[in-house]
Amino acid sequence: MSDLAFLDRVDLASVMEHPHRRAALDAFRTAGFPNRRDEAWHFTDLKARMRDFDWTPPGDQAALMLPDLSLPCAVLRDGVWDAASSRPAPFMSRLVRNEVLPAGANSLVALNVALGQDGVDIALRDAEVGGTVMVVAQARANAQPITPRYRVVLGAGASLTLIEVAQGSGAYVHDPVWDITLGTGARLEHYRLQDDSVQSVHVATVFVTMAEGAHYNGFTLATGASLARSEFHVALTGAHGDVQLNAAQLLTGRQHGDVTTVIAHRAPHCSSRQTVKSVIDGMARGVFQGRIEVDRIAQKTDGYQMNQALLLSPDAEIDSKPELEIFADDVKCSHGATIGALDPEQIFYLRSRGIDEAQGRAMLIRAFLTEALEPIGESVARPIFEAAIDEWWRRAAL
Amino acid sequence: MAAITETRETIDRLAESGYQYGFETAIDMDFAPKGLNEDIVRLISAKKQEPEWLLEWRLKAYRAWLTMADPAWARIMHPRIDYQDLHYYAAPRAPAPKSLDEVDPALLEMYEKLGIPLNERASLAGVAVDAVFDSVSVATTFRDSLAQVGVIFCSISEAVREHPELVRKYLGSVVPAGDNYYAALNSAVFSDGSFVYIPKGVRCPMELSTYFRINARNTGQFERTLIIAEAGASVSYLEGCTAPMRDENQLHAAVVELVAHDEASIKYSTVQNWYPGDADGKGGIYNFVTKRGACRGAKSKISWTQVETGSAITWKYPSCILQGEGSSGSFYSVALTNHRQQADTGTKMIHLAPNTTSTIVSKGISAGHSNNTYRGLVRIMPKARNARNFTQCDSLLIGDQCGAHTVPYIECRNQSAKVEHEATTSKIADDQLFYCRSRGLSEEDSVGLLVNGFCREVLKELPMEFAVEAQKLLAVSLEGSVG
Repeated sequence: MSDLAFLDRVDLASVMEHPHRRAALDAFRTAGFPNRRDEAWHFTDLKARMRDFDWTPPGDQAALMLPDLSLPCAVLRDGVWDAASSRPAPFMSRLVRNEVLPAGANSLVALNVALGQDGVDIALRDAEVGGTVMVVAQARANAQPITPRYRVVLGAGASLTLIEVAQGSGAYVHDPVWDITLGTGARLEHYRLQDDSVQSVHVATVFVTMAEGAHYNGFTLATGASLARSEFHVALTGAHGDVQLNAAQLLTGRQHGDVTTVIAHRAPHCSSRQTVKSVIDGMARGVFQGRIEVDRIAQKTDGYQMNQALLLSPDAEIDSKPELEIFADDVKCSHGATIGALDPEQIFYLRSRGIDEAQGRAMLIRAFLTEALEPIGESVARPIFEAAIDEWWRRAAL
Repeated sequence: MAAITETRETIDRLAESGYQYGFETAIDMDFAPKGLNEDIVRLISAKKQEPEWLLEWRLKAYRAWLTMADPAWARIMHPRIDYQDLHYYAAPRAPAPKSLDEVDPALLEMYEKLGIPLNERASLAGVAVDAVFDSVSVATTFRDSLAQVGVIFCSISEAVREHPELVRKYLGSVVPAGDNYYAALNSAVFSDGSFVYIPKGVRCPMELSTYFRINARNTGQFERTLIIAEAGASVSYLEGCTAPMRDENQLHAAVVELVAHDEASIKYSTVQNWYPGDADGKGGIYNFVTKRGACRGAKSKISWTQVETGSAITWKYPSCILQGEGSSGSFYSVALTNHRQQADTGTKMIHLAPNTTSTIVSKGISAGHSNNTYRGLVRIMPKARNARNFTQCDSLLIGDQCGAHTVPYIECRNQSAKVEHEATTSKIADDQLFYCRSRGLSEEDSVGLLVNGFCREVLKELPMEFAVEAQKLLAVSLEGSVG
């Protein structure tokens, strides 16, 4: 079956009315879903996955529970603003969609622009302190892609902690796009939990543009979806910007998880730090692609990237491509990657202390996972991230 | 300080001549007409009096080539190559020499200029040489003493005539005729190259060496090297290359195949110094080379060492296929680019069998307006239990107009494998430079010294004669990039 057949079910009349959306739809139709021939998708063949994707929604659907956190929150259900469940902070509102497709964006962003749907608008004035807020995207089996948009603009010196939770049930395609703009000296902590249903496809694109002295701390925990990709494009456009971009993906069964990051140093004296951990069990396949780009002007850049993968079964696979692209000479950039199973010496140590092998293994894996949660510290959101890890642990039957 | 003085002398000498090997030798040549079609392939095959099966093999490769597109994934830029505007065969007109005495004196003089010990009386050099001039192997030295221990070292055309069963068995067995665009082109029109066969249990008594020289205008050079080490055999092989200075770009598309059986070891070292073009990027060689070794036997070993300082464009990924249990592959590389040079080079380590190990050490140095990319693949297949890889890629930037890029692909499909990768990019540290300068070294000498230090891990893998040459080359190639 054609991977684009689902477009027949979409109300294209409304798309055609808007020139931006029409242009984006044309762009999507021309490019189609990305596949291996696209160098940026070398390890993730989305087109092949979409060819046999089951779009038919089941009749009865389970009700979804909202995360139990008393935080201001915006809730999107199947990509539509849910006024009944949302308790937005004053600076949060339903987003009016009218964006233009950015040049060079991939076909998933084009699909997001073309199909529109709702979104969340978060705008903080200069020096505004936003505290902690939450955005929840819940989805159920759906015959059309779910394509929400999030716009986050932090004025100079503003600060916010943003917790994002994606969850759902049944088979659906979740294609969210984030546009984040941080003003001079603004600080954003962005903790993402991707816990979409294991039959779903999750392909998120996050654009972050940072002014001078801004700070972005992004952490993604991915446990859900049959095929998941989180793609980040971070541009440091002012001096002394600082990015932390960390992720952990837990994969089991036949899950395919992909974390792709591009950090563009376009100004001097910026630093970027990345640690991406993958735990892969069953016949799952993990992918990490990370690129650090350093422009000629970006002298004194300090870039570091670490990729660690733990393979727990004979059929697990990890593909990693850490890239450096450097045009400035006075920089310090490095990356490292380690791949392996649990260290037999550590297991031996535990066994020599009277802990049996299965228990010892579990202990070491838990330690690796706990370490992966380090970036979120003692955030109020920590319990829901831990719960997601527990849930994955049960599924993987470790 | 001797090395530094020597380096400075070399630089002084070169300041006048630029590229030392830029001369052209006037020799009566036999050209095939320009262009590429099945008739040219047949003509090359006929000129070399090849058997029918080889012609068929060439034609098959040619037909495969027609259906392929040139690869676009590398970080290199060049105008489209007009494959119909090249001579695919060029050879000195005189009939093949029977002994060194019959070799055209002009040729011998040229090799003398290059410092190649072709003359067997210069046996002190202790290296057996096969010299390939444009498309044809002109002389191979030390054949008799090698033959005594059963080592076959000759041109590949000769091997086709005298050892057809070996050539037929191994040719294209590592790099198939249709492997990639440039390998297919090479398979169709390859003219000559070296053939080495080390019989069971023999340790080759001397280093073997090939010297490649592109001389004629408008020719492409397509040599093919095939090295086979039987069980327990070992050999060290050196390769060097130069070409005259010219305004236009010339194409060099070689294929090298190595086969190592049980417990055999092959060490392949290259000092690549093709003409890199002038400071504005005019002229120079396009070096599009496919090199691959198969570790077929248990505990076999293949090691690639390369020092790449020449060529306008380098596109080269010497690889190891680790098929034998416990086999190991290694890749040591220094790639230096200056002016407008572009290099996209690296390796592939394909782990197929259990307990296989691989080591990659790559040092990239970019200066001037050049771009230098390391592109490598480490693939651990499901059966490669306890496979082990260590990769280290370091880049050094000299000046703010150049680029250094690292693109490693790591694919791991076995949980017991252990893969480590690390990469760094930096410039020459100011404090190191200051230290050297305060000891009275000029800035250029200091940079030369520090660059040599940066590359030390790779240079120490080279056979001694090559290591000295390589150090000089690095200093010379960096000329004009500092200050």
